[in-house]
Amino acid sequence: MTAPALKARGIVKRYGHIEALRGVDFQVDHGEVVALIGDNGAGKSTLSKILVGAIEPTEGTIEFEGGPVVFKGPADARRHGLEIVYQDLALAPHLEPAENFYLGREIYRGGALGRWLGLLDRATMRRRAIEAMRTLNVNLKDERGRISELSGGQQQGVAVARAAFWASSVLFLDEPTAALGVRQRSGVHDMIKKVQQNGLGIVLISHDLPEVMDVADRIHVLRRGETAKIYERGETDTMGLVAAITGAH
Amino acid sequence: MARRAADSNGLMRLLASGRFRWLWLLVCLLGLFAFFAAWNPTAVLSTYNVRNIIGDASTLLIVAVGVTFVVATAGIDLSLGAVLIFCQVIAAKTMIAVGGSGWDATLAGTAAALLAGIAWGTLNGVMVARLRIPPLIATLGTLGMAGGTALLITNGINVRTGIPDELTLVIGAGRLFNLLPYTSVVAIVVVAAAVFALNYTRFGLHVLGIGSNEVAVERTGVNVASVKIRVYALSGACAGLGAVVDLARFSTTAVGAYSTLSLEAIAAAVIGGTSLFGGVASIIGAVIGVFIPAVLRNGFVILGVSSFWQQIAVGIILVTAVYIDQRRR
Ligand SMILES: Nc1ncnc2c1ncn2[C@@H]1O[C@H](COP(=O)(O)OP(=O)(O)O)[C@@H](O)[C@H]1O
Ligand SMILES: [Mg+2]
Repeated sequence: MTAPALKARGIVKRYGHIEALRGVDFQVDHGEVVALIGDNGAGKSTLSKILVGAIEPTEGTIEFEGGPVVFKGPADARRHGLEIVYQDLALAPHLEPAENFYLGREIYRGGALGRWLGLLDRATMRRRAIEAMRTLNVNLKDERGRISELSGGQQQGVAVARAAFWASSVLFLDEPTAALGVRQRSGVHDMIKKVQQNGLGIVLISHDLPEVMDVADRIHVLRRGETAKIYERGETDTMGLVAAITGAH
Repeated sequence: MARRAADSNGLMRLLASGRFRWLWLLVCLLGLFAFFAAWNPTAVLSTYNVRNIIGDASTLLIVAVGVTFVVATAGIDLSLGAVLIFCQVIAAKTMIAVGGSGWDATLAGTAAALLAGIAWGTLNGVMVARLRIPPLIATLGTLGMAGGTALLITNGINVRTGIPDELTLVIGAGRLFNLLPYTSVVAIVVVAAAVFALNYTRFGLHVLGIGSNEVAVERTGVNVASVKIRVYALSGACAGLGAVVDLARFSTTAVGAYSTLSLEAIAAAVIGGTSLFGGVASIIGAVIGVFIPAVLRNGFVILGVSSFWQQIAVGIILVTAVYIDQRRR
C-alpha cells in the first residue's frame, strides 16, 4: 500500500474566539475524488486553505506522500504539487489565458541575458497553455483574448485547467461550479474525471449534492468545524447527506 | 484564400480590441496637427516649430512613461513635480561640488538626480506596498516632503550658475545629426526601454497583472510588494532623469514650477489608453497623450487663441478618455 497523497490529522484553526476547525482528520489519495461538503461556515474553505499552505493551522499535522510536512506558504505547497482553484476566481481578467497560466512561473527566452531581463517566451507559454486547455476540452474561440472576454464557464475552465496543469499531486477545487449553468457544470465534471484519470487526487468542495454523488469516490461531511460523517461512494443518498450536513439524525 | 480571410479577420479584431487604440489616437494627433497646419502652414510646419514641440515635450515624456507603470498597477503618483525639482537641486548642487564644469560633473549630477528620484520613489513604494497607505495620500505626502526639502536647500532661490556647459550647451542645446534635440533622443531611448519592459518582460506582465487582479497575482507567489516598490522607484527615477533633461534645456533649476507635472503626466497616460483602474497600459499611447496637449498649445499660440483654451480643451479630452475607459470596463 502506498501512502496517501495528503493526510491531515487533528487540524484545529482558531480565529480569536471562533473555532473554524476543531480537530479534523482528512485524507485524499492519488486518483481519488474526495468531496468536502458542509453548510456555510462549516470550515471547508479554511481546511483547504490550510492543506495548500495558504494559512497555518493552529494545531495539527500534515503528511505529504507519507512524510510529515509544514508548508511555508502557498508557493511551498505548489512545489509539492498541490494546486487550488479558489472560490473567488483567481484569474487576472485583463491578461490572456496563457499569461494567467504562467503568472509567477514564466518561461524566458534569449539565454542568460533573456532570463536576467525577464524576457518572456510568449510563443512557448501560449503553445503549452493552449495544449493543456484543449486536452481538458476547454476550447476557446480566441485563445489569445483577454479572460474578461470569456464566459463564466470558460473562465472557470481556464482556472481549472491552469491548476490541473501545474498540479502533480492533489488539486483542490473550491465550489468550481457554483456560478455555472447546467452545461458548463458538466464541462467541469468532465474535466474533473479526466484529471482524476491522470492520477491526481482531487478535493472537490461543492454544495451541489447530485454533483457530489456523481463524481466523488468519498464524501467528507464537515459540520461546525468537525467531521460529521465520511461516506464511501454509494453508501448514502441525497437525504443522508442532507441529514449529515444539518446534523438531523 | 480562406487563410487570408482569417488573417484579415484577426487584424480587424486586433484593431477593435483596444490593444491598438494608440493607432486611432495617432490619427487624432495627426488630424489635430493637420488642422492647425491648414490654418498656418508656414508657421506650424516649419522645422523650427516641429523641433520645438518635440524638444519641449522631452521632460514630460520621460515622466509620463514612468507614471504609466504606476497607473498600470492601479496606483497613482502625485509627487513627481516636487521630486523632479528636488532632483534638479541635488543635481545642480552635486555638479557645483564636483567643480561646475566638465563631463565628470555632468555625470555626477545626473547620477545624483537619478538616485534622489529612486530614493523618493522607493519611499512612495514602501508606503504604498508595505505600510498600506493609499497611493494618493502617500505620494501627496512625498509631494510636500520633497518640495519642502528642495525649498529648504535653496531658500527658494533657483540655482543658475555652476551648471556645466557640457550639460546645457552640448546636451541641452545640441542636436543629433543637427536634427533631433539630444533631450528628445534621451526621451526616445526611455520610451523604447519602457515599451520593451511593459510588453515583453516578466516585470511588465506582473505590473499589468497586479493592476488587473492583485489578489490573483499574490496567490501565484509573485512578490507583489516588491513589484510595486520597483514601479514607484521607476517613476521616481524617471522624474530624476526628467530633472536633468530640464536642467540641460533651461540651465536653471525650476523651483516654483512644475506644480501640475504629475497631473499632466497622469493625464497623458490616461488619454493614451492606460486605465486608471489598472491592468491596461500603453507606452506609445502615453507618448501620444503628451503630444495631443502639446500640439493644441502650440496651435493655439500660433493662431493667436488664448492658451487658456488649451487648458479647457485638455480638460475635456481627459474626461472623455476616462469616460471611454469606464464604459469599456
Ligand atoms: N479570516 C477569518 N477570520 C475570522 N473568522 C474566519 C476567517 N475565515 C473563516 N472564518 C470563520 O471560520 C468559519 C469557517 O469558514 P469557512 O472555512 O469559510 O467555511 P465554508 O467554506 O465551509 O463556508 C466561519 O465561521 C467563518 O466565519
Ligand atoms: Mg467556502
